[in-house]
Amino acid sequence: MIDDAGPEVPAVGPWQAGTVVDIRTETPRVKTLRIALPVAAPHLAGQHFLVRLTAPDGYTAQRSYSVASPPDGTAEIELTIERLTDGEVSGFLHDELVVGDALEVRGPIGGWFVWSGTTPALLVGGGSGVVPLVAMLRLARRTPNQALAHLVVSVRTPEDLIYASEMSGPDVTVIHTRTQPPDGPRPAGRIAVDDLAPFVRPDATTFICGSTGFAEAASNLLVDAGVATPTIRVERFGPTG
Amino acid sequence: MSGFTRGFLGRRKPSDPRLPPGQYDTGRSWPVLTAEVTPKLDTAEWTFGIDGLVEQPVSWTWDEIHALGADTYRGDIHCVTTWSKLDMTFTGISVDTLLAIAKPQPSATHVLATCHTGYTTNLPLADVTGGKAWVAWEVDGAPLPREHGGPARLLVPHLYFWKSAKWVSGLRVLDHDEPGFWEERGYHDRGDPWLEQRYQGD
Repeated sequence: MIDDAGPEVPAVGPWQAGTVVDIRTETPRVKTLRIALPVAAPHLAGQHFLVRLTAPDGYTAQRSYSVASPPDGTAEIELTIERLTDGEVSGFLHDELVVGDALEVRGPIGGWFVWSGTTPALLVGGGSGVVPLVAMLRLARRTPNQALAHLVVSVRTPEDLIYASEMSGPDVTVIHTRTQPPDGPRPAGRIAVDDLAPFVRPDATTFICGSTGFAEAASNLLVDAGVATPTIRVERFGPTG
Repeated sequence: MSGFTRGFLGRRKPSDPRLPPGQYDTGRSWPVLTAEVTPKLDTAEWTFGIDGLVEQPVSWTWDEIHALGADTYRGDIHCVTTWSKLDMTFTGISVDTLLAIAKPQPSATHVLATCHTGYTTNLPLADVTGGKAWVAWEVDGAPLPREHGGPARLLVPHLYFWKSAKWVSGLRVLDHDEPGFWEERGYHDRGDPWLEQRYQGD
């Protein structure tokens, strides 16, 4: 059963012409865009925005991207974009977009996969599914009680880890499924119940984000580790280019 | 914004009149987007019920609902996340058949679809009657997979697909509109893809 508790959700804002103020390369396939909005649209950690591209003849294409930046009271947001093979929108954002460009966005959207930053949370992400969870981790690290959240992130190789410089410390566990780093604490392999069990606590909400295959596997492992189904919130990434 | 995106030309395909505005054809793939852990529902214990403002509250078992017959929907589905999937075939039972047994009272105007996971979604009665809605248990000739709502989901294909509640457990007939799970969280109460009714206020 769906557990109904959660923070008050802000209204979805109107379309706005944002300005790209920074572009960072996270991995060979992943970039983060920092976008300044004309009007602040405060989000909760875990929410997403729409990006809409418009061609001169009026043709449009829009996609959803999770906000990676924590709620910080500014009128700027960071969206992390994975380049998908043959992706119409992600390809444009990676290859054409430059700092100073206008970019039309709308949000925040999504009132379920959100964390208030005031209750314990276990965050479990696969690949680029880590993006909304990093907004939560960053929020947790800004609160007095930094031990509220723990992130377990699964990637194929060390090179695939987004936000690598922040992915260390007692509140993060990185799992490598294909290639482990030289000093890796565990052999490369798929996420297992032993990777999750140490961080399970009965008072936490669990947030899982990743591909459908990852989300299914992780939810089954968490249930095996004793997590109650109603406390698990899932966001699945579909193949949207 | 009145302007266009610098440098964006887009890869429009020959325009397909079946695609509502802002939607693209997802082709062979069928993305899975759900908010909760996929439940394991045993058809031996599965039920579907209609209650609320009806003359005759009814609950059907898996075998009982199949015994009512089978109807087919052939056509397209549209997700609010902007993918559409064309030329699908669903088999199930028309909601008209179910409501004909339960008999909504004259004051009935809306339904709230309920699910075995606790998910809910609201619909005007007019959107689930007149051959527009089904309880579906097969897709493209095979049992509906669990991740797509199996053993049975609501199918209301003329509205955005979050209205087609997975793992549906029943319809509560109401004399008012009562927001469901996503509708309480900013999504549109009706969700007509041809009017791009994605979020509240659209």
